[in-house]
Amino acid sequence: MNDQSQSEGLASRPHPPGIDPRGPRFGAGITALLLVTVLLLAPGTAARIVMALVVLLFVIGVSAGAPGSVQGRIFRMFIRPRLAPPAELEDPRPPRFAQLVGLVITVIGLALDLAGVPYALAIAAGFALVAAFLNAAFGFCLGCEMYLMMKRLAPTRHEAV
Amino acid sequence: MLLRLVWVFVLLAVSAAAWWLWQRRDGKLQGVTRAAPRHGERHLGSATLGVPLGARATFVQFSSDFCQPCRRAAVVLRGLAAELPGVVHVELDAEEHPELTRRFGILRTPTVLLVDVSGEVVGRISGAPTTEQALDALDAVADSTRAAPC
Repeated sequence: MNDQSQSEGLASRPHPPGIDPRGPRFGAGITALLLVTVLLLAPGTAARIVMALVVLLFVIGVSAGAPGSVQGRIFRMFIRPRLAPPAELEDPRPPRFAQLVGLVITVIGLALDLAGVPYALAIAAGFALVAAFLNAAFGFCLGCEMYLMMKRLAPTRHEAV
Repeated sequence: MLLRLVWVFVLLAVSAAAWWLWQRRDGKLQGVTRAAPRHGERHLGSATLGVPLGARATFVQFSSDFCQPCRRAAVVLRGLAAELPGVVHVELDAEEHPELTRRFGILRTPTVLLVDVSGEVVGRISGAPTTEQALDALDAVADSTRAAPC
């Protein structure tokens, strides 16, 4: 390889198949709507129920990945057939990590709320809403940005310290 | 309920504004002045990189293997390296080089360090640059080289 550009390692690592990047954004939009509902209803049982639903959706998203989530399935069944094919595919791992970030925030909010901490539900829903909104509206993936930071703090393999 | 809705709207509007400010920096060259070292180390030479530095500039791109903007940045910079003499593009996996990632304060990918022929890091680009932004960065290297005291 004598050209002036070198890339090492990246193309040779096994990649999971790419996903339509609009899927996670649609999912984030649904999540955002649910979180707005939580904020409008909070505090109280109704808000808790909706928040629990959000938590459940995140659990599914974390275990099955973004395409396997409820929103992902809805996207594939009803929305995607109406759209042109995506310009590019994205790696499914960062959106999946983003689901984990969402899960952590909402679980903590719900737990603190059940423990009696005032405003915990609304604050957690607010944070999660901002992340979901930025993802849906602008394609900004907070979890993806955090991914590298986490890797720096807790390297898994290739620990060449 | 209406007041709540207003607050939600305010929250989203503020978030959108904050995001817009943050992403304006994307693709732009930062920190080109020699007088202001910002992220620790200033030197990244061919010994570390394993390839000769470009006579005009070297784009040292830190990527993650699941990062779509990194692919876009690599396409742009590889294209410039192929077209322009003296321009070299090197792509490193941030996970494979935790030492370098730490030394240069790489917090996100893609981050592209702009290195002049002497191995001095004259600036960095956070986020994927467009071709035009990359060309602006190359011009900035030339300017900073001219301005440097001998």
